[in-house]
Amino acid sequence: MIHIAWHNFTPWTALAGGLVIGVAVSLFVLLNGRIAGISGILGGLLTPSPGDRGWRVAFLAGMIGAPLIWLAAGPLPPINIHSSYPVVMLAGLLVGIGTRYGSGCTSGHGVCGLSRFSLRSLVATVAFMVAGFATVYLTRHVLGL
Amino acid sequence: MRFTIVSFMTGLIFGLGLLLSGMANPEKVLGFLDIAGAWDPSLALVMAGAILVGSVAFTLAKRRQFSVLGFDMKLPSGNDITPRLVVGSLLFGAGWGLAGFCPGPGLVALGAGEMKAVVFVASMVAGMALFQWIERLRQPSS
Repeated sequence: MIHIAWHNFTPWTALAGGLVIGVAVSLFVLLNGRIAGISGILGGLLTPSPGDRGWRVAFLAGMIGAPLIWLAAGPLPPINIHSSYPVVMLAGLLVGIGTRYGSGCTSGHGVCGLSRFSLRSLVATVAFMVAGFATVYLTRHVLGL
Repeated sequence: MRFTIVSFMTGLIFGLGLLLSGMANPEKVLGFLDIAGAWDPSLALVMAGAILVGSVAFTLAKRRQFSVLGFDMKLPSGNDITPRLVVGSLLFGAGWGLAGFCPGPGLVALGAGEMKAVVFVASMVAGMALFQWIERLRQPSS
């Protein structure tokens, strides 16, 4: 039985934020002809291919700079990270290796892949969603962390 | 140059969208992944909104050989469901469920000055480097 946390549910900002993300990936594919897959863009910096670096750095700089631009308009929305440092490290390692072997993350497979009706991306998205659900179930409800 | 400017703008708009949607906040992402607890469905609406807009753009993009700015269309062509794809995605999902961070929100939270996000991104880059290293060991000839 699923209990919806209505007090946490933010449908309008979620939908609006989603539309903005949709605009971003649309601009990228229509103007640059590329998939806005963040793990791929970041991971590509680690392979030796000169001349292919500038745009990747620019994309990542835009993402990292987003909170600064936001701050010009108002206070940042809350960012609460309850996990301990060792857990955050383990999580980062798994996300790094997993997204490279899986050829994508929430942006590349979840947003772009599903937008272009890719079966491969659908399989990947189902896999990481199921693993995400299972991990939270295990840590919160079985191990009680 | 135009390619780089579009890349920067895409990253910026994407990051603002993540902040607006609440998905730069791991607490909220974990609220979505916790279906057995007090479930927060917000992330599903973020995906729905993004795919709603994205599917129109990708439908248009698929018909083109070159982008509006004249660059080659580089859309993935493969459709193989491989063990790498599935196992990799499962590992990614496990990491995502541990801390509530996927790559984009990790970078945005880093930009917001969160120390744990700095550690997350550094570990993620280390994980990607590890992948690179393992792949190189497996193919010594190339």
